[in-house]
Amino acid sequence: MLLILLGVLLLHLIILILLIVSTAASAWSVGEGRNTDLWYSCLTSKDGYHYRSNELNWIQAVQALMILSVLFCFFSLIAFLFQLFKLVKGGRFFFTAIFQVFASVFVMCAAIIYTVMSPDDSAHTQFGYAYVLAWVAFPLTLISGLIYIILRKKD
Amino acid sequence: MLTVLALASVVLLGIDPSQAIVIYTGWERHALLGSDVRLSCSFFSWRWTSDDVTFSWTYRPDGSKDSISIFHYTGGMAYVDNKGPFRDRLEFVGNPGRRDGSILLKNLDFSDNGTFTCDAKNPPDIVGRPQSSPLRRVPIQAGVITGAIIGVVLGLLVLIVVIYYLMRFLVARRVFSLSVSKHGKKKKEGSQQRQGPAPPADPSKVKAAASEKKKQESRKDKK
Repeated sequence: MLLILLGVLLLHLIILILLIVSTAASAWSVGEGRNTDLWYSCLTSKDGYHYRSNELNWIQAVQALMILSVLFCFFSLIAFLFQLFKLVKGGRFFFTAIFQVFASVFVMCAAIIYTVMSPDDSAHTQFGYAYVLAWVAFPLTLISGLIYIILRKKD
Repeated sequence: MLTVLALASVVLLGIDPSQAIVIYTGWERHALLGSDVRLSCSFFSWRWTSDDVTFSWTYRPDGSKDSISIFHYTGGMAYVDNKGPFRDRLEFVGNPGRRDGSILLKNLDFSDNGTFTCDAKNPPDIVGRPQSSPLRRVPIQAGVITGAIIGVVLGLLVLIVVIYYLMRFLVARRVFSLSVSKHGKKKKEGSQQRQGPAPPADPSKVKAAASEKKKQESRKDKK
């Protein structure tokens, strides 16, 4: 039982780290000398670095969804620790599961919106690792949420 | 990096002075209504910058196939648009000696969506491809939508939690008052906030009793 709990907690922490890195790292689209993330576009030219903040509407929606998914994953972690000590015997980790599932839905929406709307100079830009991390985090978060739904507190 | 490679290729292949001129402009720009936009344009040429260097900017509105000339720099003089949609709104902020032909578009208007194309010529180096720089006017500032979405979702979350606990509290109270009508004073110890139960006989009087209790409580709270 303790092992399962530790495993689930570890998974949760890994997911949280993945989400934070994906939201913050500047690598959703990479091209030659240029990488873009949710917040800024960076261009390396012979003059040096150019920064430009993203003002497109859909990027703002993706920003919001990624931040919300990080927040909800964090809330679910806190709810998990709270319910670990306060839950009655045989109870389910209801709030933890709900928040985790919401986090996974938000990551999925963010990744889908980015995929559909991302700028296509397909010759020069490909998707970067932060984008891949977002897609990896989505099924992990969903599985983690489902585990919490099934998990019951024994003692 | 690019310069190093270019210089290396020059050394290896020998100088070829008839290479084309390469023009650089900014990327797609998004700007707010009323803001000032700097449209940048610079070029790379194998020859020294001559005195006859020229910069030309043309504008093609979105959805239109015709472009109009809006700016021309030649012979050391900058000529800006004085009849078209940009009259009195353009300013030359470039430095031709440093191969910079940027212009400043002031006070962005409703209809300023389109593509600006810069063409630079450095005689005798005139073979080159003009570069385009699209401009889009955005109605909303960066971050407003983000903040709005986050605020709404978190607000809904807080609201749902509050309603959930409120419902639980109210249901407990209603159940409590119903069972009081059946069992008299048995559950008096369960509550710490009531001065005293008012035992109604009918369910029709439950509501009156509940409101009466609320009044008693509020009076007690004010004390």
